[in-house]
Amino acid sequence: MKTHNLIDALVADRATPAKPLRWALAAALLAGGLVSLVLFFATLGVRADIEPALGTWRFDLKVGLVLLALGLAFSLCIAVSRPVMTNHPGRRLLPLAALAAVAIAIELLVLPTTSWASRLVGSNALVCLVAIPTLAIVPLAAVLAILRSGAPASPALAGGAAGLLAAAAAAALYAFHCFDDSPLFVVTWYALAALPVIALGAVAGHRLLRW
Amino acid sequence: MRRARQGDDEAYRRLLGHVSLWLRAVVRRGLLAAGRGPADSEDVVQEALLAMHLKRDTWDETQPIEPWLRAIARYKLVDHLRRRGFHDHLDIDDYAEQVAVAVDADATVDSQALLAGLPKRQRRIVEEISLEGRRAAEVAERLGMSEGAVRVTLHRALKALAAAYRRDQS
Repeated sequence: MKTHNLIDALVADRATPAKPLRWALAAALLAGGLVSLVLFFATLGVRADIEPALGTWRFDLKVGLVLLALGLAFSLCIAVSRPVMTNHPGRRLLPLAALAAVAIAIELLVLPTTSWASRLVGSNALVCLVAIPTLAIVPLAAVLAILRSGAPASPALAGGAAGLLAAAAAAALYAFHCFDDSPLFVVTWYALAALPVIALGAVAGHRLLRW
Repeated sequence: MRRARQGDDEAYRRLLGHVSLWLRAVVRRGLLAAGRGPADSEDVVQEALLAMHLKRDTWDETQPIEPWLRAIARYKLVDHLRRRGFHDHLDIDDYAEQVAVAVDADATVDSQALLAGLPKRQRRIVEEISLEGRRAAEVAERLGMSEGAVRVTLHRALKALAAAYRRDQS
């Protein structure tokens, strides 16, 4: 086939309607999140003391951290789904690192040194490490499926960003179950729980997101 | 590209024509730099054109188009070389600035073989439109399909062709 013949075929296909990636990604995240929501209610459920917890600064800060991670991971996914690699895409996550640092600093200031260790270890660490990756699986699959219509400069990096997004969605659910609200616990264990999801996303992305 | 998005077929044809000239020069120099002859350059050109078409929504309209075109050319060239066992670093920016040389867009054995691997109906529609130069409406009439079905099949065929390139290890 000559190249000008191919061009004829491409021109004939020009009018195919396209949907913006961000809307498709948001829809996939919502759909995957709903499946995880059902799973969440079937297994973990919302903590018993949710009402008094809602008003505490630690719980609000926890939800704020998780939602910020969700928003930044979403924009990171869009950024790394293009052929042109933006310089330092990871910089998009700086606000999250900053908020986490501030949260930890406040916690260390208000807590006596003796209770640092117990707040850090908490009582749900193991549940957290299992629950977040589990709740992230369906959203990860949905996000990866949508990113296949992108053209990432680095498929592995895009997969890793998808893993972060899925982990943030899972963490947003899990945050309503877990009663360890200390920033020391949240920053440590939520981040550790996100790591296997990011790794899985990167490995899957390396294979699935080639174009 | 902006005008092509607004529904101007001729603008899109011109753009792809210009881009293919530029691509041909870039790809030949890239292959040369990797110590390979220009024999399969047209395959890379066609694969890159196909990617630019299928992934055209990944171009952000607020950004200049050249870096986007260059990024796709680089990705496809590196991918092509990797499939053929070349692993060294290759920077096409060294070659991208050269003036495009007008050469004959030669038919390549490879793309013909990949086209032959498509399902019958998809191949027929691609051939009718590209080789015979028919419009989608004419093809629809000849094959007794609706024009919409022809367009959908064409789109699937192009995606299948792009996937066939990725699997091609020869």
